[in-house]
Amino acid sequence: MTENIVEIKHASKSFADQQVLRNISLTVKAGEFLTLLGPSGCGKTTLLRLISGFEQPTSGQIIINGKDMVNTPPSLRHVNTVFQSYALFPHMTVYQNVAFGLQCRGVAKEQIQEKVMAALAMVKLDKFSQRKPKQLSGGQQQRVAIARAVVNEPLVLLLDEPLSSLDYRLRKAMQLELKQLQRNLGIAFVFVTHDQEEALSMSDRVVILDEGHVEQIGTPREVYEEPVSLAVAKFIGETNIFDTEVLAVKDNKITVTVEQEQHEYTNKRGFVAGQKVHVVVRPEDVRAWDKVDVPGVTGAMLPGVVEEVIYKGTTVDLMVRLASGKVVATTEFFDEDDPKLEYSIGEKVWVEWTPGWEVILPYEV
Amino acid sequence: MKYDSHFRYFSLTLIWAWLGIFALLAFLLVLGVSFLDHTQAHIVIPRLTFTNYQFLFQPMLLKIFGKSFSIAATVTFFCLIIGYPFAYFLSQLDRHYKSLLMLFLIIPFWTSSLVRSYAIMAILKTKGLLNLLLLTLGIIHQPMQLLFTNVAVIIGLVYNLLPFMVLPLYANFERLDRRLLEAAEDLGAGRFIKVYKILLPLTKPGIYAGVMMVFLPSMTLFYIPDLLGGARSLLLGNLIENQFLFANNWPVGSAVSVILTAVMGGMLFIYWRATQRHERQQVLL
Repeated sequence: MTENIVEIKHASKSFADQQVLRNISLTVKAGEFLTLLGPSGCGKTTLLRLISGFEQPTSGQIIINGKDMVNTPPSLRHVNTVFQSYALFPHMTVYQNVAFGLQCRGVAKEQIQEKVMAALAMVKLDKFSQRKPKQLSGGQQQRVAIARAVVNEPLVLLLDEPLSSLDYRLRKAMQLELKQLQRNLGIAFVFVTHDQEEALSMSDRVVILDEGHVEQIGTPREVYEEPVSLAVAKFIGETNIFDTEVLAVKDNKITVTVEQEQHEYTNKRGFVAGQKVHVVVRPEDVRAWDKVDVPGVTGAMLPGVVEEVIYKGTTVDLMVRLASGKVVATTEFFDEDDPKLEYSIGEKVWVEWTPGWEVILPYEV
Repeated sequence: MKYDSHFRYFSLTLIWAWLGIFALLAFLLVLGVSFLDHTQAHIVIPRLTFTNYQFLFQPMLLKIFGKSFSIAATVTFFCLIIGYPFAYFLSQLDRHYKSLLMLFLIIPFWTSSLVRSYAIMAILKTKGLLNLLLLTLGIIHQPMQLLFTNVAVIIGLVYNLLPFMVLPLYANFERLDRRLLEAAEDLGAGRFIKVYKILLPLTKPGIYAGVMMVFLPSMTLFYIPDLLGGARSLLLGNLIENQFLFANNWPVGSAVSVILTAVMGGMLFIYWRATQRHERQQVLL
């Protein structure tokens, strides 16, 4: 059984008369990389500040390492934060910045020297220890901020959109570095981001927040392949959504109409006849077939016309307008079956997906 | 476009002309006069001399210098320890309260400080409001002699100059990144370390600016020692005033002014060397 470093129990937070977080319950396990993901304004930063102690929950409990932390100030929580714009002390050198936390805790001088230099070496900045933050690039400042936090060996490291101000290439490189760092240190990371790709590629588990409540908690694979709500499906990755209703339920199968065709799917969520549902299919699960490739059309295939061809190097994305007027996005990978993948606008195609790869969700407005 | 450049040219010329005539030219005149002689009949006669400066090195005048410096230092100290927390709390407030309190700080400027100094006299005099209050509360049993003492001068100067300390500090606090204090707290800093290691170093430019803006005027605001300190209180400002208005010795008055200007220039130089450009921009000085 893994130990829970942080437990949040039914935490809610309101500012003035506005409720920012509603009944949040989640745990952070020892050594895991947990990401809080959600659109801006969903309350993810506020949730992080509840853990760091800069905000107090209106109700509920924050338990760190088995102790209730409500009313414990940030300075005594043994949790450290990497702030969004780093918040490095401009009047101190890199060394002094990293040493600050150790000095506050009264660590002996020789030990401080040793630990600071080790932390700086870890982020490959040991040669820059006497520089001021202003004399460093954005990526280097980011590393100082990380070193300054991890040198204190916190129970949890909180990261508030730490990569958002870096350019694309640097961000990619830092993602990899952070992930390696987290593995080497074995410290639990709570990482806040609004970038779903970042969340999927770095995390052990993802918490998806929307409008102040937890929509879903799961591994990257679970939230991507088995979203529990339309909000999650829409937020993570591209989707094709068909609005329809359940015609009939038989054993563990349901029958729904998609684009005037009746389809039979497995009933994973106990839907009942007459219930309105969404059928969600990822573009990469949809295949577009050339008319000549398909001798005898099977019932599951939908006819359409190619409206847009987007070449992306490793894939070709199509926008296909179906008979009903609905546009479906598909992503085709180059592989041995389809070495050429040539489509032209206006071409007639058939689209289909393997039954079982769709996700059926209860209807939301 | 053309109108704009004309306007800019005109306004800049006006500002430079104003500064040239009323600051630079005036100072050069004073500097010139300080090296000239005078007689009973003429305020200034064109004869080069250094006696005005030699005259300053007599013990009585050195004592006035010393006293002026110590009073100015005391005033600056009190302005700083009152103004610093004041500016900090002001910067922490809601925007509505902020502008209201700023208004309260600024309003007295609209009244002549001479009038306000008379008001302080009314408070401090033997049968004044302060003594009355303290007697009524039973804190003292004899009225205190406050008016016409150095304490009264210091109170008057602190009262008049406090805004000059608060404003640059407030500007500094406003531009301070709040997250730095959060970061310090996150790293385990208590209240004392936060103030001593983060707040004070980062508000250094505001402190320097405030100290200069209080220290220099507190040596030269002659009417406050005149009113509150009485005949016994003679500071540098009063010395200059006396030399010009009563002793009719313009050259000596000018020499004292030149010394004061030199002190001021020296302090500005130190400030310039001790702060970085970006720090000065934080307090707009």
